[in-house]
Formats: sequence, structure tokens, C-alpha cells
Amino acid sequence: MNRINKKLQENNKILSIYFSAGYPSLNDTVQIIQDLEKNGVDMIEIGLPFSDPLADGPTIQESSTQALHNGMTTQVLFDQLEKIRETVSIPLIIMGYFNPMLQYGIENFCKKCAAIGIDGLIIPDLPVDVYADSYKDIFEKYGLKNIFLITPQTSVERIHFIDSVSDAFIYMVSSASVTGSQSGFGATQETYFERIADMNLKNPQVIGFGINNAETFNQATQFAKGAIIGSAFIQDLTQNGTQNIATFVKSIR
Amino acid sequence: MSYNVNEKGYYGEFGGAFIPEMLYPNVEELRQNYLKITAEPEFQEEFDALLKEYVGRPTPLYFAKRLSEEYNTKIYLKREDLCHTGAHKVNNTIGQILLAKRLGKKRIIAETGAGQHGVATATVCALMGLECIVYMGEVDIKRQAPNVARMKMLGAEVRPAKSGSKTLKDATNEAIRDWINNPVDTYYIIGSVVGPHPYPDMVARFQSVISKEIKEQLLEKEGKENPDYVIACVGGGSNAAGTYYHFLDEKEVNIIAVEAAGLGVDSGESAATSALGKIGVIHGSKTLLMQTNDGQITEPYSISAGLDYPGVGPMHANLYTTGRAQFISITDEQAMDWGIKLSKMEGLIPAIESAHAFAVLDEMKFKKDDIVVINLSGRGDKDLNTYIDYFKL
Repeated sequence: MNRINKKLQENNKILSIYFSAGYPSLNDTVQIIQDLEKNGVDMIEIGLPFSDPLADGPTIQESSTQALHNGMTTQVLFDQLEKIRETVSIPLIIMGYFNPMLQYGIENFCKKCAAIGIDGLIIPDLPVDVYADSYKDIFEKYGLKNIFLITPQTSVERIHFIDSVSDAFIYMVSSASVTGSQSGFGATQETYFERIADMNLKNPQVIGFGINNAETFNQATQFAKGAIIGSAFIQDLTQNGTQNIATFVKSIR
Repeated sequence: MSYNVNEKGYYGEFGGAFIPEMLYPNVEELRQNYLKITAEPEFQEEFDALLKEYVGRPTPLYFAKRLSEEYNTKIYLKREDLCHTGAHKVNNTIGQILLAKRLGKKRIIAETGAGQHGVATATVCALMGLECIVYMGEVDIKRQAPNVARMKMLGAEVRPAKSGSKTLKDATNEAIRDWINNPVDTYYIIGSVVGPHPYPDMVARFQSVISKEIKEQLLEKEGKENPDYVIACVGGGSNAAGTYYHFLDEKEVNIIAVEAAGLGVDSGESAATSALGKIGVIHGSKTLLMQTNDGQITEPYSISAGLDYPGVGPMHANLYTTGRAQFISITDEQAMDWGIKLSKMEGLIPAIESAHAFAVLDEMKFKKDDIVVINLSGRGDKDLNTYIDYFKL
């Protein structure tokens, strides 16, 4: 069974962390992954940096730009992760934009991910319909789960379609925004979280965007199976460096 | 085979809508409505009336006598430089603002490079009394101060894009992020035939008035609708799309696309996307794109701010790969020399973008009775500082 599915079956209140590979320093990637696991994080999204990240706010943009400046490329990331499964057993997801994957070759990219032990992919600018038409077979051939986003504006019909194409979890974007642009959830978000929870989808939901502390993590996991923290973790890396990971994770739960 | 868009939003293998889910409802709303709304008689009437009374259309098709003599062929110039605001850009912003109003949107956003599309958007927002926010790269704001001032006079807010290279590509990223953050009340007026479907098709349709008029005017002047050549410069490609539109499937019309070679196609300082680009995804569209081997988008260069876009509209990517259009790249130096030449020979000071198109006359051989139509897409007022610096005028 895929590590993501297994983790989602075993745990509630899953804490998932996103960071940009190659940030703050090029060779921090493996150490950050190992430290996150050691401190009890359940799942990791490894950000493959892109020059033009449309869905990201300033924090992730800047960390991506720095990572590229440090020399991060798709091949460098694969080389860094080559032996990751010797030390890390939690689910690992690569999150990145479509163009670098397209240049690597979608089949080659998937093949490499499978060889390393990557469990899934999140590609914000690969729409579900294009995926279903053109790439689903390749992803399935290599046992990779593709994870799709939904937002408060996503129609019921489309949510059902996304649910039918998915086989891991649905990434629930907490509000209409780019990453890292708001703090705290109000009644509007809670109503939306409840509405989705009541749809009884076949895939569990994990909430992301706007989760930055214990309070928002707890709020999100009341309604969903887990929550993803990205910008807040990257800000912590920027301010306090990689040695503060234990303290950061403890501050969340 | 048609060179126009298919029902899924593709030109051959190019186009589509590679957008984050956060943008899906906005783009889908547009996709479902743009053909329906623009086909309504009241829409057509209002659009045509504004093009006539406000923009000043039809723009003349001017027979360039002295140029024709020198090059021993028949050269006509489509005078988009006479449009209100100084370029063809306003044809599109008029169309999109009418669409935005019918969709009930209250807030307009746009991206701009040199500022021409920003000015054209600010103009129609003033006309309609709608809030207007224009994203512009911090570097471009410094380079294009007069257009920033024009936008402010017209009541728009100009927001600096501070990410990446701080130019057009980054201004487009910021506008898209704004749209993600404001999905309900906001309409995004894209300035070229780029972005996710339906934008490339919609913008091409609004600009297609250019080739519609060329046909009517040629019929009157030459007794036939089709020229032998249509020539236009291509950055993103909106003036070119409008110039080619009604000739795309007319095989006897040769289509010439002129890209900016900058300091030379192989100099590392160029914007010749067809020569330097590979297939990729930029701003929601699959197209030819200047990028590293790793798929990171690279910075183009051209002396004309309107041509330095790292991609090209999907229609043009398809015209290039199918061989339907011939692509020629022209250096800064050739274009600047034509800025002077056209001024002195015909009394027309062209935008530097448009000057690129004229340099084709030195690169190609035309027959005596060929009818050659060049789109003079904009006037050179906005480029006066660049001309002054370059020629020490």
C-alpha cells in the first residue's frame, strides 16, 4: 500500500510540512527531511523550485528564487534524494509547477520518483481534466498518487470529479488566496470546512494555506484529516535556520 | 485544417488552460460566456460604436508611395498608430471592458510592460467608471515614466511588481496572484493573445477588426480582398493575431511574423522566441517559451519593451511549427534604423515594436505587383526617450 494511504488510515490530525528544496542552503534538503520526521511530522511536501510560481505568495516565491540561485535543479534534487529511503519512512510528496516536469519528461520524472520512493505529486498548474486525459496512466504505472486542490469556489460537481480521479487525499485550500497570505480562520472558513466534510467524499481532506500555528492547525484538523504548513515553516527557516526545526514542530502540536 | 482555435482551446498542440484550481472558476466563467456575450447584437453595437467614435476606426490603409518605389512593390500600411492611446491595444481593452461589465465585475486588473496596455486599460476604465489596478514591473516603472504618469492621470493605481526580474513576466504573475486573491468581483484584462484559454482566442477576436478592415479596404483599392503578404511584429502577438486573423485559412496570403532578435539571436540578449524557445507552459498556456534546460523561464531582451516577452501566443507557436507563417528576427539596430527611415521617408514615427516589422523589407524580395501589408501597430511618441538616447538626438 502507498505510504500516503497508509498514513491517512493510521493517523488523525496529520501534520504535513512544505519547504522549498535547496533552501536555505542547497544541501539542506535531506537534513530538513530527516529532522522533520525525527520530530514527529507525518508527511512532507518537497517543493521543486520554479522561476514563476503563480499560486505562491512572497515567502515561497523568495525561497524558490533563493533555491534556484543556490543551484537547485530537478536533477540535483533527484540526486540529493537518491538514498532518502535508507533513513526516512514517512510519505514524501514532490510539489512543483508543471513546466520543469515537462522539460524533464513526464514519464522520466515519474520513473525517477518511483525509483527514489516518492509517494505522490502535487502540481498546482496541471488541471485535473488534462491529467485525466493525458497523464493518469503514466502516474499509475509508477504508483504515484496525484493530489488535486479544491477551493471555496470549486463547484460541487467539480469536487465530485476531483474525488473520482483522486486516490490519496484532496488538498483543501482554506480560502481564495495565494500561499501565506492570511492568518486565522473565521466563520466563513469553518462553514466551508463543514460543507466539504459533510460531502462524505471517498478521499480524506487535508487543509492547506493559512495554517501557521497551533491554533489554526487545531481548527483545521477538527474538520479535516490533516493540515499542511508551508510559508510559516519557511519563515522560521529564514529567521532561525535549520537548527530550530524541533522547536517549530513542537509549537504546532 | 484550420489555424484557428479548436473547441478545447488549442491551436494544434498549443494553448489550453494550465491554471491552478484557484483560477478555475474565473476562467471557466469567462470560457462559458465570452462567445455568447460577444455575439449578442447589443454587445456588437456598443463595441462597434466605441471603436468608431472613441478609438477612431476604421484606421486607414495607407499606400506608402515612397517606400513602394524604393522596394519596387506595393506597400500598404495599416495605420493602427492612429488609434486613440497610440496603438492597437485599445481594440482589445474596449472589448474586454464591455465583457467585464456584462459579467457584473466591479474591479479591473491588468499587467503592462512598456505601459501601452496599461494606458489602454486605464483609459477604458475611466470611460466606464470602474476601479483600475495595473501591475507593472518595478524596472519598467522607472523606464517608462510618461506612461506611468498617463495611467495615474486616468485614475488607475499602478502597483509595482517586485518579484523575479521585475518586468512584464513578473507583472503578469502579480496580476494572476491578485485574481487568485479576488476571484469574485475582479476581471483580469490580459493585453495580448497569451494566458489560459479563452484569452488568446478572445483577444484575437477583438483585434481581428484589423484584418477585417484590411480586406474591405483592399477590395476598394485593389479590387481584391487578399494581399500577397501580411507582416506584423510579434511579442506576445496581439497586433499580429489581429492582422492575420481573417487570412489564417486563406492559403494564398503569406504570413510573416517578425520577432525581436535584440542584440542578435545567439547573443544571449534576444527575444526571438521561435528560434530560442522550446515547448513549455507559461502563464497558463502551452506554447513556445524561452527557458533553461531545467524548465526555468528565462529573461528575454529587446530594446522595445513591448517585444521582450519570453513566450509567444499559442496561435503563433502553431503558425511557426506548422510552417504556415514565416518567422524572421530583426535586431535592435535594424529596428532603430527603420525608426529613422520611416520617419524621414513617410513622415511616420513608428513605435520601436512596429519598426521591427518594416526591417523585413530588407530581408525579403517582393515582386513588383505584390501587395504587401505591414501593420504599423503603434506610434513612436512613447519611445522618444529611447530614440533620443540611441541616436543622441
